[in-house]
Amino acid sequence: MTVVGVVGAGVMGIGVAQNLAQDGYDVVLVDLDEQTLDAARAEIVRNCRMSQMMGGPALDPDEVLARITCAVGVEALAKAEFVIENVTEDWDAKQAVHQRLDEVCAPETVFIANTSAIPITRIASVGRHPERVVGVHFMNPVPAKPVVELIPGVHTSPRTLELTRELLAGMGKKAVEVKDSSGFVSNRVLMLTVNEAAFLVYEGVATAAQVDEVFRGCFGHPMGPLQTADLIGVDTILYSVEVLYEHYADSKYRPCPLLKQMTDAGLHGRKSGRGFYTYSS
Amino acid sequence: MAENTAEKIAGFIRERFPEAEITESDDIFSLGYINSLFAMELVMYLEKTFGITLGNDDLRIDNFRTVKAMTGLVSRYVAPAPVG
Repeated sequence: MTVVGVVGAGVMGIGVAQNLAQDGYDVVLVDLDEQTLDAARAEIVRNCRMSQMMGGPALDPDEVLARITCAVGVEALAKAEFVIENVTEDWDAKQAVHQRLDEVCAPETVFIANTSAIPITRIASVGRHPERVVGVHFMNPVPAKPVVELIPGVHTSPRTLELTRELLAGMGKKAVEVKDSSGFVSNRVLMLTVNEAAFLVYEGVATAAQVDEVFRGCFGHPMGPLQTADLIGVDTILYSVEVLYEHYADSKYRPCPLLKQMTDAGLHGRKSGRGFYTYSS
Repeated sequence: MAENTAEKIAGFIRERFPEAEITESDDIFSLGYINSLFAMELVMYLEKTFGITLGNDDLRIDNFRTVKAMTGLVSRYVAPAPVG
């Protein structure tokens, strides 16, 4: 069976690991410490319990967890055929991880960068094999979202793309292939929308609930932009907007100060229990 | 008890969705803006507020469609208060 390494046991890494395990892949999930991995296991059990309610298949948490090996450090990924990297949208952190992956993984390993805003060609420039690096932008929650953005970098080989397409098909995903550009399609539009929604709250034009009600009621969106921000993580939104700002050097991507303050205050959304809304945990 | 439970649950829904004008029998998911993510929160809310752990077989969306259904679900887990 194909062994897939998953780097980062945050919201996205957990979702990717669960999705792979559900579909029969052997997963090695790595992060920096045991505490994070313990929390990841608990979260996977919780998500499996909820699967059917969320419109997914009925899942046995024990069966899913049995296919996931947790380990501290990327050294555990030496035998992985694919590595899906889900590190936070922080260039220094991503760069360090890709350098280390390049050193420890086998020569044929395909590296999939799961990023919402950092250009794939830039990530691929870190290692010695840019032809084996490709971008996939998974949506959250990963097991419930059937479509992903697939992004080849300048040097990504056709073979890497083919293998990645096969893996994605095995995970039940349809891939929309788009060209490499910071933010791709989804986040060029979404991050600006969320950022502007945060400005409305920051300026006192409307409350978060009012902003979201307008989007739900007037446009028929299932969720408003600030509910979406809480789901993605307010800190992640800020990092993504900062990446766009840095990449395009265009003031239209200037991050709302409220996002910075909320990030500093630990009001990161659903995952921290409070963001634009408060959640029961 | 059931009345109190129903009030608490309705209050939790209204807090998040102030625009929701619902009765105990209205299907909250048919309103168009309450999705399955909120169902997950409802599970967390019920388990925490009423100190219960819902069995996996009860984690079906039909049990969370209406305030009435949730009140019934909770009552099956909460032991009746001792009489006298």
